[in-house]
Amino acid sequence: MTGPKTSFMHMLKNSFADFKRNKVRTFLTSLGIMVGVMSVVLLIALGLGLKNYLEEQFESLGANLIMIMPGSGFGGGGGGFSGPAGLIGGAEFDERDLESLKRIREIEYVVPLYLESALIESDDTEFFGYIEGINEEGFVLMNLEPLEGEVFDKGDVSSQAKVVVLGNKVAEELFGNPEDGVRKTIRMKNQRFKVIGVLEKKGDPEMDSSAFIPYKTTYGSMNPDKTFFSIYLGVKNDDDVAGVKQEAEETLLKRYDEDSFSVIEQSELLETVNQIFSVLNGVLLAIGSISLFVGGIGIMNIMYATVTERTKEIGIRRAIGATQKDILLQFLSESLILSVLGGLAGLLSATGIVLIIRIFFPASINLVAVLVSFFVSSAIGIIFGVFPAKRASKLSPIEAIRYE
Amino acid sequence: MIKFLNVDKTYSLGEDKVLAVVDASLEIRKGEYVSILGTSGSGKSTLMHIIGLLERPTKGKVFIEGKDVSKLDDDQISAIRNTFVGFVFQQFNLINKLTVLENVMLPTIYFKGNLKFDAEKKARKLLTELGMANRMDFYPNKISGGQQQRVAIARSLIMSPKLILADEPTGNLDSKTGDEILDVLESLNKKTGVTVILVTHEKPVADRTKRQIYIKDGKIVKKYI
Repeated sequence: MTGPKTSFMHMLKNSFADFKRNKVRTFLTSLGIMVGVMSVVLLIALGLGLKNYLEEQFESLGANLIMIMPGSGFGGGGGGFSGPAGLIGGAEFDERDLESLKRIREIEYVVPLYLESALIESDDTEFFGYIEGINEEGFVLMNLEPLEGEVFDKGDVSSQAKVVVLGNKVAEELFGNPEDGVRKTIRMKNQRFKVIGVLEKKGDPEMDSSAFIPYKTTYGSMNPDKTFFSIYLGVKNDDDVAGVKQEAEETLLKRYDEDSFSVIEQSELLETVNQIFSVLNGVLLAIGSISLFVGGIGIMNIMYATVTERTKEIGIRRAIGATQKDILLQFLSESLILSVLGGLAGLLSATGIVLIIRIFFPASINLVAVLVSFFVSSAIGIIFGVFPAKRASKLSPIEAIRYE
Repeated sequence: MIKFLNVDKTYSLGEDKVLAVVDASLEIRKGEYVSILGTSGSGKSTLMHIIGLLERPTKGKVFIEGKDVSKLDDDQISAIRNTFVGFVFQQFNLINKLTVLENVMLPTIYFKGNLKFDAEKKARKLLTELGMANRMDFYPNKISGGQQQRVAIARSLIMSPKLILADEPTGNLDSKTGDEILDVLESLNKKTGVTVILVTHEKPVADRTKRQIYIKDGKIVKKYI
């Protein structure tokens, strides 16, 4: 039987005996750390989940995509996102832009995008979604595959055919079973369209809620000015993306002000998203850290009270041979156990909450969050426990033993 | 085995200085059964605390087995308290949340090194010898004062100390129980040769020991008044 081992077991047993006798106090003390760890883990999980989700959305569009948007909102790389204000007063693109962009050799696809939110009605149901006016190349560029039926072709575009390809969610909302939508007729903006295809589920809420029609079909009452919200370009080779972006900018500058449009490539958009999320995550972490700090103060407070309460016990232990280090370790291990218990409880509840959230949203708990919360709660136990423990160890044995 | 050379102990109470022990020189030899007798406030407890290394002298030298105590650090002093001295207090000073058995075993967990005996076995044996065999799993606040003092004696013996320091061990007990406790200490001294220092304010209690040291106003005096 060795001294240090017995001593450690004794310390653990002793701590748990104390916790057992002060259940409410132990719970409340750990609660501070629990909430702190829970919020940190949860915030990291949500932040990462949101980021992964958006990245997936962008990546599903393909890496060769260049987007031309109105307004100067998406600055080149470092500019960040200035919100919808940037879109107001931006350029309105038209067929002339399509023609001039098509002259850039490295471009494979030029897809105009007319976008409008609208009520989509079947005979008995209605759904509020989007009308997206594109050309036949749009389906290829955006990886939109028909689940049933087919997509429209070049002829449908030039003949301004009243045909529509429904996003998966639209078809599901209107017809229950998405495949059943094909060959039905729907109404949008007081016009009747024949459904020729239903798309596979894309996972992107906007695309799944859209009804795709030939862009020239909008030229009637819907879009008398014959303009588009944006133009998507598909580049043949990855290597040419930067060059095409440059050429597209030059082409458009002949007609528009520098500030009234933006040419964005996928990687820039990702970068912007990443920037937003690193700031967001920082803010969330700061909030979580504040609650951890407050939890730590709670532990320190309780440990000071415990030291006072057990002054006599400390004196007795010193009289029978406990060193200052023994006392220090005893109290330090108690605050460590308290905060690690709180940390584990926080982690467990965060995991529970994330599992619930996952039903609606792809949040994920990663190993980093788990490790961080574990180490942070241990560190808090030690940092905030060290002052009370030091005080306990520095008590004069004889004064402590006389304390009542 | 214990030697005091011109030991002073001064406390400061605000601006005033209280001289608890003044110029005390004494020697206690191995195997002695000796009492320190003095009225309350005479400094006898302070003297005992200095002997037991619970307090350090303000002035003078204290030698324990030839070692100058002032040169020892906390670890060494704690080790002496752990293995060399066994304390028995007036207030018993057991830890109420530990059982009788755990209280007796407590000093063993602070021993730095390998114990040469089985702590639980020895604790049970000591408690049995002291008539506490059927109280081992009780908590201290559930047994009588006399029983608590027996537990405290068992605790003081677990590390086989060379010295037992008993500070008014009968002070909280009725005279019959007190006598029993004194019998225990006396027989320990006789049978095991352990040095026993008994601190008391009662002359009859002190009279049971072989030698008496009188203390008055912090000074060691020749005659008891």
